[in-house]
Amino acid sequence: MLKGFNRLFAWMAVVLPAGGALAQEKGPERWGVNMPRGVTEVAQTTYDLHMLIFWICVAIGVLVFSVMFYSMWRHRKSRGYKAAQFHESTAVELVWTIIPVVILVLMAIPATKTLYDIYDTEEADLDVMITGYQWKWKYDYLGADVSFFSNLSTPRAEIDNLLPKNPHYLLEVDEPVVLPVGKKVRFLITANDVIHAWWVPDLAVKKDAIPGFINEAWTRIDEPGIYRGQCAELCGKDHGFMPIVVKAVPQEEYDQWLQQREAEAAKIRELTNKNFTFDELIARGKEVYNRNCAACHQANGQGVPSTFPAIAGSAIATGPIGQHLSIVVAGSPKNPAMQAFGQQLPEADIAAVITYQRNAFGNDMGDTVQPIDILKFKNNQQ
Amino acid sequence: MAQGPKPGLSRWLYTTNHKDIGTMYLWFSFAMFLLGGCMALVIRAELFEPGLQIVQPEFFNQMTTMHGLIMVFGAVMPAFVGLANWMIPLMIGAPDMALPRMNNWSFWILPFAFAMLASTLFMEGGAPNFGWTFYAPLSTEYAPPSVTFFIFAIHIMGASSIMGAINIVATILNMRAPGMTLMKMPLFVWTWLITAYLLIAVMPVLAGVVTMMLMDIHFGTSFFSAAGGGDPLLFQHIFWFFGHPEVYIMILPAFGIVSAIIPTFARKPLFGYSSMVYATASIAFLSFIVWAHHMFTVGMPITGELFFMYATMLIAVPTGVKVFNWVSTMFRGSMTFETPMLFAVAFVILFTIGGFSGLMLAIAPADFQYHDTYFVVAHFHYVLVPGAIFSITAGVYYWLPKWTGHMYNETMGKVHFWLSFIGLNLTFFPMHFVGLAGMPRRIPDYALQFADFNQIASVGAFLFGASQLVFLFNVIRTIKGGKKATDEVWDNPQGLEWTVPSPAPYHTFSTPPAVR
Repeated sequence: MLKGFNRLFAWMAVVLPAGGALAQEKGPERWGVNMPRGVTEVAQTTYDLHMLIFWICVAIGVLVFSVMFYSMWRHRKSRGYKAAQFHESTAVELVWTIIPVVILVLMAIPATKTLYDIYDTEEADLDVMITGYQWKWKYDYLGADVSFFSNLSTPRAEIDNLLPKNPHYLLEVDEPVVLPVGKKVRFLITANDVIHAWWVPDLAVKKDAIPGFINEAWTRIDEPGIYRGQCAELCGKDHGFMPIVVKAVPQEEYDQWLQQREAEAAKIRELTNKNFTFDELIARGKEVYNRNCAACHQANGQGVPSTFPAIAGSAIATGPIGQHLSIVVAGSPKNPAMQAFGQQLPEADIAAVITYQRNAFGNDMGDTVQPIDILKFKNNQQ
Repeated sequence: MAQGPKPGLSRWLYTTNHKDIGTMYLWFSFAMFLLGGCMALVIRAELFEPGLQIVQPEFFNQMTTMHGLIMVFGAVMPAFVGLANWMIPLMIGAPDMALPRMNNWSFWILPFAFAMLASTLFMEGGAPNFGWTFYAPLSTEYAPPSVTFFIFAIHIMGASSIMGAINIVATILNMRAPGMTLMKMPLFVWTWLITAYLLIAVMPVLAGVVTMMLMDIHFGTSFFSAAGGGDPLLFQHIFWFFGHPEVYIMILPAFGIVSAIIPTFARKPLFGYSSMVYATASIAFLSFIVWAHHMFTVGMPITGELFFMYATMLIAVPTGVKVFNWVSTMFRGSMTFETPMLFAVAFVILFTIGGFSGLMLAIAPADFQYHDTYFVVAHFHYVLVPGAIFSITAGVYYWLPKWTGHMYNETMGKVHFWLSFIGLNLTFFPMHFVGLAGMPRRIPDYALQFADFNQIASVGAFLFGASQLVFLFNVIRTIKGGKKATDEVWDNPQGLEWTVPSPAPYHTFSTPPAVR
C-alpha cells in the first residue's frame, strides 16, 4: 500500500515539474526494496546487471523449489506414496553440471564488460582527491586552491532523540562535494588513519580509502541533483556518522562555486595575520570545537572514560600553552586517534579552538592564542 | 572391558571418551550460542529505531565484533566438532577417537579461550571493537588495549581447532571398521574429513596473521602499516585466505548432516553419493582460490578482480549439484516431516536462497553496490543460520534419541522449528532490502528511510532468540526422560550408529562391526 503511494508520488514528481527547479533529491526511499537505478551510465549498467542476475536466480529458484514442493506435497508417506529406490544417474548429473556452467558464462560476459568500464579511469576532466579521516571526509580539488572537510551536520540532539529527526537524518553534511554534470570526474581516494570506503549508491562508486595507498574511481553524472551516501567500511566509533553528499551542478554554477571557494580560501589565509579579541576567539573556537573535536572529546568536554580523554580540567588544556599547541598541531605521539590538526585546519581555527579549550568547561585559564602564534609554532617545527 | 564413566566432576575433567567430549562440546557451543545471541539482541534492540537509545557506538561496535567471534569460533565450530566426536566413531565402527587424550585437551582449552575473550568486555577501553574481521590498522594502531587478549584467545581457539582436526583425520583414516572403505563412509564423515583438512590448512594462517598484529602492536614491526613500509591490504589477503575456507568449514559438515537426514525421512537412498563426495572436494579446493572476492572494493588490478569473480562463480556449480541431489533424493520418496526433516528441508530452501545472493555478490561490478551493506549481512546469515545452525539443530534432534535413549517431544520440536523459521526469515529477509536500498553494515544508527524494515528485523530476532529456549527445554526434558527410543529410532535409517543400543553405551564397537 505504502509502496503504491511512493510510486504515485514518484510519478507525480516526473509529470509535474515542481517550480522549474530540475535538480533532484536522491537518497534511500522509505520501504525501498531495491538498489537505486542511479544517475550515471555505469550505475544504470550495474543496476541492469544486478537485475539480470536476480531474475536468473529467481528462475532457477522457481524451477528447483517447484520440483521440491511438488515432491513434498505428492511424495508423502501419509498419502501412501511408495518410495522409489533410484539413486544414481550419470546423465542427469552431467546435465545439471553443464547447464549451470553455461548460465554462468552468460552472466560473466556482461559482468566483465561492465567491470572494464568501471576500471577505465583515463582521460578525466577533473580530479578530486578524497581523504577519509576518523570520522569525516576531506575533498581536495586538484589544480584549484580548494580543499575542505565535510562533516556530519545532523544535530547531536536529533541523534540523542531530543529533537525530532529531519528527513535527511545522518545523510547530511556541512559542506557537500560539488561536481559539474556531464564531466568525467576522477576520484583519488585515500585515508589518513584507518580504512574507510567512499560510497554513493546513485553513482555506483564504492572504493576503499586505504592509508598509504591511493585508489582511483570515476563518475560522470548526467543529471544535476543531490546524491547521498555513507562510509561503507567499519572505521571506528563514528563509522555510522560520516555521510557523503554530492551536489551535481551545471558547469557554469560549478565554475562560480569554485571561484567563490578560492576567494574564501584566500580570505582565511589573511586571517592568520589578524589579531583576534578574546570573545572572537571563543566564538570561533566553539564552532571549530563542535565540528572537529566533539566527536571524541564530547560537546561538554568530558570525553569518554578510558577511550577519549576529557578536555575539562585536563593537564594539557590547563598546563603550559606550548604542549597544548603541540598536541593540536602535530597530534599525539602516543595515541594515533589524536590527529595532527595542523594540516587540517587554518591557523585562525586552531588558535581559536585552543583558546576555547583553555577557557571553556571550567578551565578558565584566561590566556589567548593568536593565529600568528600557530604559524610561528609550525615554522619552528620544520 | 566395558567400563562406566567416573563419578562426579572428574568424569568430565579427565574423560577421554568421545561421547563425553562430544557432549561437552555441544553444551559449550550451546552456551556460546546463547551468549552470542544475547549480543545480537543488544544489536537488534539498538537498531529497532533510528537514534541512539540503548547503547553508545563504542559498545555497539564491541557487540558486533564479539557476536561474530563468539558465533563463529564459539558456537558453530565447536558444535560441529561435538557432533564429529559423538558420531564419527559410531559411523565408522571405531571404539573411540584416535587420539583421546588430545581430544580432552582440545576441548578443555576452549573455555579458557572464551573466558579470556569475554573478559575483555570488562577491561579498560572495552572489548575488541573492530569487527570480527579485525581489519588493520583499526585492529592494530587504533585498537583498544584488550586486543592483546583477543589475539591470545584466537591462538588458543586455533590450537584447539587444529588438534580437533588432526584427531578427526587420524580417526577416519586409521580407525574404520574392516570393510568400511572410503567410498562407503557416510557423507557426514566425508565432509568432516575434508573440513578437517581445511582446518589444518588455514588455522595456522589465522594464527600467523594475529601474530603479525601482535608484532605490530607490541614489537615495533610494520606488517600492516604503510608508514613503516607495510601494507594494510596484506592483512586482508592473509585474513581472507583463512576466512574463506573458514566459511566452508562452517558449512561442509552441515552438508553431511543434511545428507544423512533427508534419505532417512524420504525412505530412499541419497541420490548421487559419489558426486556429493566430489562436489564437497571441489568446493574445498575452490575455497582456497576465491578469497579476494571479499575485497572487490580495495582497488585490485582488473585481472585480479576478474580471476576472483570467475573462480567464485564456479562455486555455484558443485553447490548446485548438492542442492539438485538433495531435491532428487526427496523426489519420489515416501516422506514424513519429523522435526529433523523440517530443519533439513528448511536448510535446503534457505541455504539455496543464501547461495543465490552469494552468486549475486560474486559479480564484481554489482558487488561494488552490495559490498559492506546489509545485503551482505543478509547473505551470510542466510547461509550460516539456516545453513550451520539449522543443520546442527536438525542433527541434534536426529541423534538425540540415540544419545539419550529417549524420544524428544515432537510437538515442542515442531513449535521450535516454526518459531525459528518465521523468526529467522523476519530477521534476515528484510536485510536484503535495506542493504540494496543503501544501508551500510556495522552502523549503530541509520537514516529514517531504513526504519521500517529494521523494526521488522528486530522483532524477528527476538522471536528467533526466544524459540531457542523451547529447544533448550525440549533437550533437557529428553535427557531426563520421555518415551523410550528404539535402537533404530527412525524408520529403517542407514548407518552403523543405528546398530548400537539406545542410549548408546559408554563404550561401543570394542570389537569392530561387520560392514557389508
